[in-house]
Amino acid sequence: MKNKLSRLAVPYVVWMALFVVAPIIMMVIYAFSASNGGFTLNNFVKMGAYAEVFIRSFKLALIATAICLLVGYPVSYFMSKEGPRFQRMAMVLIMLPMWMNFLLRTYSWMTILENNGLLNQLFQKIGLIALYNRMTGADLSYFPMMNTQGAVVLGMVYNYLPFMILPIYSVIIKLDGSLIEAARDLGAGSATVFRRVILPLSLPGVLSGITMVFVPAVSTFAISQMLGGGTELLLGDLIEQQFMGGAYNPQLGAAISLVMMVIVVVCMLVMNRFGEGEEQAVML
Amino acid sequence: MKKIALVLAMLMAMTMLLPGCGSGGDDERVVNVCSWGEYIDESLIDEFESETGITVNYQTVESNEALYSLLKTGAGDYDVIVPSDYMIGRLIAEDMLSELDYSNIPNYEKIDEQYKGLSYDPENKYTVPYTWGTLGIIYNSKMVKGDITSWDAMFDPQYAGNVLMIRNSRDALAAALLDLGYNINTTDEKELTAAYEKLKTAKEAGVYQAFVMDEVFQKMEGGNAAIAMYYAGDYLTMLENNPDLRYVVPKEGSNWFVDAMCVLKNAQHKTEAEEWINFIASTESNLANMDYVGYASPNGEALTQYPAYYEENYGEALDNAQFEVMAAPDSVLKNCTLYENLPQDTLNLYNDLWTQLGI
Amino acid sequence: MKKSNRFGNRLLMALVFLFLYAPILILIIFSFNAGNSSSVWKGFSLAWYGKLFHNRLIMQSVYTTLIVSFLATAIATVAGTFAAIGFYAMRRKLRDSLVTVNNIPMMNADIVTGVSLCLFFVAFFNGWGSFAGWLNSIQSVIVLPTRLTLGFGTLLIAHISFNIPYVILSVGPKLRQMDKNLIDAAQDLGCTWMQAFWKVVLPEIKPGIVSGALTAFTMSIDDFVISYFTAGSSASTLAMTIYGMTKKRVSPQINAVSTLLFAAVLLLLVIINVREARQEKRAAENRINL
Repeated sequence: MKNKLSRLAVPYVVWMALFVVAPIIMMVIYAFSASNGGFTLNNFVKMGAYAEVFIRSFKLALIATAICLLVGYPVSYFMSKEGPRFQRMAMVLIMLPMWMNFLLRTYSWMTILENNGLLNQLFQKIGLIALYNRMTGADLSYFPMMNTQGAVVLGMVYNYLPFMILPIYSVIIKLDGSLIEAARDLGAGSATVFRRVILPLSLPGVLSGITMVFVPAVSTFAISQMLGGGTELLLGDLIEQQFMGGAYNPQLGAAISLVMMVIVVVCMLVMNRFGEGEEQAVML
Repeated sequence: MKKIALVLAMLMAMTMLLPGCGSGGDDERVVNVCSWGEYIDESLIDEFESETGITVNYQTVESNEALYSLLKTGAGDYDVIVPSDYMIGRLIAEDMLSELDYSNIPNYEKIDEQYKGLSYDPENKYTVPYTWGTLGIIYNSKMVKGDITSWDAMFDPQYAGNVLMIRNSRDALAAALLDLGYNINTTDEKELTAAYEKLKTAKEAGVYQAFVMDEVFQKMEGGNAAIAMYYAGDYLTMLENNPDLRYVVPKEGSNWFVDAMCVLKNAQHKTEAEEWINFIASTESNLANMDYVGYASPNGEALTQYPAYYEENYGEALDNAQFEVMAAPDSVLKNCTLYENLPQDTLNLYNDLWTQLGI
Repeated sequence: MKKSNRFGNRLLMALVFLFLYAPILILIIFSFNAGNSSSVWKGFSLAWYGKLFHNRLIMQSVYTTLIVSFLATAIATVAGTFAAIGFYAMRRKLRDSLVTVNNIPMMNADIVTGVSLCLFFVAFFNGWGSFAGWLNSIQSVIVLPTRLTLGFGTLLIAHISFNIPYVILSVGPKLRQMDKNLIDAAQDLGCTWMQAFWKVVLPEIKPGIVSGALTAFTMSIDDFVISYFTAGSSASTLAMTIYGMTKKRVSPQINAVSTLLFAAVLLLLVIINVREARQEKRAAENRINL
């Protein structure tokens, strides 16, 4: 019976071989070939010049992930302490924006952050810009917010915050209440309970939240092009440029994708190993 | 399970309600056109469709380089494209264009001799010119003190944070080459590297607010930036929405360009493509296009008729200064050079420099 | 102390919701703007909605998005469920290695998935071109198309590929929770294995299938990057159209389209929630009556 059932997976295994494994092999082949088709390591040698882009991408993605964690954790924690009606409502509110495409949401920030955008109009009306000019002796007619690294980070946080809140919340909500009670009975204060019981137990949620925010953030190109104005290239922009943009070079693009993939996978493995260790420590 | 059934039912209902089902019959006549943004009077598409019954899939791409990438990656499945001179040269060299049957394009006759036999297609086998114009600097007279006359303005830290640099390698490097007094068709690695350094220095000094293509419309019209380099025709479109803007072809000279319609070698609708090209090359279409996109027409008849056409439509005479921005007079053109297709090594250098500039 | 604490908590949540919804609200407000700016208010008008319905590009891409999401969700749900059952029945070693492969699309950045699929399709099309050309030249019974391009087909394949892992992810645990003896018992009682599947397995894992399908649909609707690299020029999803539009002069038609989408989603969620609340109420009443 069991073995008969396992045949059901055959079509999908074929599918995976075709559309998951073969494309990645294709990418590896491209990464190691020259534009005339021969074998070369040149694409990787060239990449040294782009170290700065790698560093910038990882920096911005890390900042965005950290902000998401700092905001997302308390929100999910507080949410879990509310009544069931409130919780359901809050969940719906957090999921709802995800059904609108993220490009629409990012586009909205463009209209807000522009030099003549809504936020600067507001600052002008309430006299904030005049105040700033008087205080610093500057001569600004607006605060430059658009096309900066800050705007890109903001876009990432805005788009990926729900990805942090959801997994953390779903872990916290399943925590065994009796564990917390037991800790209290043993004389732990609220702070200790949080630090010694809730925090370590919610770690799997935190880890998957970090993954879900970091991976798209480090590889985005739409957000950085819309809010960063193309002056601050990220890894995603660099790759997109080699395939669809102004500098056609798919071999280099494939090489950069490959390196990015390897770095991300290694990061994830290390983090999961670390996570497993923590879980075992908690169990001990 | 009921929940999902409900969701599915609702979405199904939505798809049914939407007009224009995607898959037409196979015998439907179609032409896939790829052009630039804000580059056609869209009523022409409707007119062509009702006249011929051919459906036009009109798509846009942001730059010649991006178009090339799309064609090479295989992501672009077009019949007619409208690249600029130097890119046409490259596509011909790489055997990607199909020779046209000019007997299907009688309106080709009306194209002025001046725009035929240019360096990219010396024997007139592949192209029908669409528009021509100059590359220059657009600036907001309220945000810039005095007049701008030189490419220096694109690199001047005085305007830090208020300059929009163009997002394609050929034009951006051309600005720097011209400012340095070099030829825009140079293949000299030293000169190109010097031009790159100039851009890089300006970028690091924070001169550039952003690298833009068609985002320039929104930013210049809304007063979000003071200076941008872009094309004459698009300046006229912006001027309608912001009268403070000015256009100048800098004194160091500039590039003049011809964008021409071509049919791709692997085009699947060649007959329809030639019908479309003939329709667009007509005097009426050229007049409508000139009025809408602000670029000068290569159709001699249309160009001479335009001032009268304008007066008839708007009830006032066409401003001569504006007409000279659109159709640059010889005094300006003699200072401008056409881009030429560059050898592969130089193209690779352009790619590398351009990618590095982004860093 | 406790009260003020709770107030602080709620304040933080309120701020986060404000942060999440203010931009959406602004989008919606400016869809009713009479002027053509997305940041300067010039009075109320519905003009952009009228223009939107006449914009063939946008309507076509909404249609493409919905069709692709539906087909991909439906196919991925069926295929993913069968695959999950197959995985469940496998030897552990084999299963573990297959699950690792299955996780690749979820672990990878979207752009890597998109780029690799794009390269694969193009390479395949080139190979196909020469094969079809050769076959057409040696016989004339079947004429194969020699030129394949990226388009709706590749877009659909890509969507199915990144959807299936999510279905497996949510069906798998339900299978493992299921009592292993159930199937054997059903067969002992005379069920064929087909019957056992329909009458025993399927009802057990239904919640997993439903949530897998919902996740898949959400992923399809929200995707931009993978579509961007696999759709080519002949098919365009709404996200791709919007991306193209933000690179030009932005028209408040985008605002109008967002407002309609938002309204549709909101309506759906309200209906679902009302129904759920009603069902719960009924269940509670039943319990009392018992």
